[in-house]
Amino acid sequence: MSMATESSAAPLLEAHGLTVRFGKVTALIGLDLTAPPGQVLAILGPNGAGKTTFVRTVATLVRPTAGRLLVYGRDVVRDPAGVRRDIGLAGQFAAVEPTMTGRENLEMTARLFGHGRTAAKRAAAVVIEQLSLGEVADRRSSTYSGGQRRRLDLGASLVGGPRLLLLDEPTTGLDPVSRREVWDAVRDLAASGTSILLTTHYLDEADELADQVIVIDHGAVVASGTLSRLKASIGQDVIEVAVTEPAMLGAVAQILERVTSNSARLEPGGRHASVPAPGGPAELASVIGSLEDAAIAIDEIGLRRPTLDEVFLTLTDEAKVSPAAAGASINGSER
Amino acid sequence: MTAIQAVVTPAISRPARTPGIVPAASQVALRALRKYVRTPGLIVMGVVQSALFLFSFRYVFGGAIHDGSGISYVEFLVPAYVASIVLFTGGGIAVAVAEDKAQGFTDRLLSLPVPRYSLVLGRTLADSTTNVWSILTTAAFGFLFGFRLPGSWLDGLAALGLCVLYAVVFTVVFIVMGLFAPSPQAAQGMSLIVFVFAFLSSGYVPATSMPGWLQPFSKYQPVTPMVDAVRSLLTGSSSDVGLALAWSALLIVVFTPVAVLRYRRA
Repeated sequence: MSMATESSAAPLLEAHGLTVRFGKVTALIGLDLTAPPGQVLAILGPNGAGKTTFVRTVATLVRPTAGRLLVYGRDVVRDPAGVRRDIGLAGQFAAVEPTMTGRENLEMTARLFGHGRTAAKRAAAVVIEQLSLGEVADRRSSTYSGGQRRRLDLGASLVGGPRLLLLDEPTTGLDPVSRREVWDAVRDLAASGTSILLTTHYLDEADELADQVIVIDHGAVVASGTLSRLKASIGQDVIEVAVTEPAMLGAVAQILERVTSNSARLEPGGRHASVPAPGGPAELASVIGSLEDAAIAIDEIGLRRPTLDEVFLTLTDEAKVSPAAAGASINGSER
Repeated sequence: MTAIQAVVTPAISRPARTPGIVPAASQVALRALRKYVRTPGLIVMGVVQSALFLFSFRYVFGGAIHDGSGISYVEFLVPAYVASIVLFTGGGIAVAVAEDKAQGFTDRLLSLPVPRYSLVLGRTLADSTTNVWSILTTAAFGFLFGFRLPGSWLDGLAALGLCVLYAVVFTVVFIVMGLFAPSPQAAQGMSLIVFVFAFLSSGYVPATSMPGWLQPFSKYQPVTPMVDAVRSLLTGSSSDVGLALAWSALLIVVFTPVAVLRYRRA
């Protein structure tokens, strides 16, 4: 029985028709996914898409209303204790005790994972080294910077030697320097072979860290795959124009839309316009010709691959309703 | 840089077993106690608050309160105050539990392979310990403000033991309150409800001095027999002790499973 479930060939995650309801609110609706181990998997989605609910279900904090969820082949409902041994959770808030030192926090969590006193000390020392917390390890964590506190929290989820690390919006609310620190730490962990599941609404974060991306919206998977395949599947290249005079942006948009028959995205109040260009270089040439005819001065024009933002907006419903509003909510750092 | 990254960090092994109830509960308790001891405001304010309350009752209201039986108000008040001090200081427990929930600490604990009941046990151990500290300091202030044991030292110790039992009982009640509170602020507010039980008991004024419609509540709520039992023990009697123990057992039996179950889904 346990031999079968502990098979190392088991997928990291396997969800079949996973549904979670809180009273009248349905957070996940029949979510299906399979994820291989040994990778950084990013769950992307707008706020309220069900990302956090999914992570909490993997962490056995929320019970599925229907469907199944297996973590390394273990069912979260039938064997929650087994799942807990395999995972380390770092939630949206840094769950460290501010009145305790970094080392004390790590040793406590290691003991709670089941380590004995000596093993706990050792695990804490390894994590302190791994996350470069040596200088501050014996200071109370209330004195830490935001990035140090997040790294300590990350460390606390590691002291039990988990096979899967769950990171729920690991950099929300951090300044750019601290974000970099956390990103570097996550990359190092991934390089050492830990599987990582992270949720984020920062697309650049997924771009930086993830091997595989799953986009969810309204509680269901809308797309999945590697980032490059995802970008390719949305397909076309994008023509991007920077005008010299912001007032000319409207005229540029008209030309872009006429040439490509797609609706253009404008940078509100800025100088940039972009549009998907299925015709590639031919359409680019045509746009340049039209701009010259109209005597519109431009600073820059080019053809490029779509950004993850564009992929994302195409995939989620909000994009269809109002691209500008969706863009704001995805990039916003609301907590 | 490359050289440093090439060094393989020693992997952390997965523990062979999940933690047992004792180590898990002691870690939970140790952390709660450290937080208490290392937050000077918590200890100092706790002591100052209990001293101020006692001072006010003893010297401000006390002069106007006569129970007619001839014993001085300080003799009447101090045993009741020590017995029910947990009702005044326990709000801190509810707030701490609600804070852990709001700040993700409880999620972290629940994601670990710890036995679920060790969370309640650890919390209860820690908070009962801090409550024993309030009981002892409050009793010391009682003596300072003029209270003297009416019976023997042994009677005094027995009464103290009963107060410690109440501390454990109400700790569990406050944990449940903290778990149900939607926010730490709400937990603070909810814990004020418990003041009603303290004041509408025989603790501060004789129940017979209350209006007739209020007396049944005062008589049949748990704090009255609990306070009366402590007074009895002090004078070497044992009346109300059985009832107080029964109430304590009932509260523990009802609130502990609620706390354990509620922690699961905090």
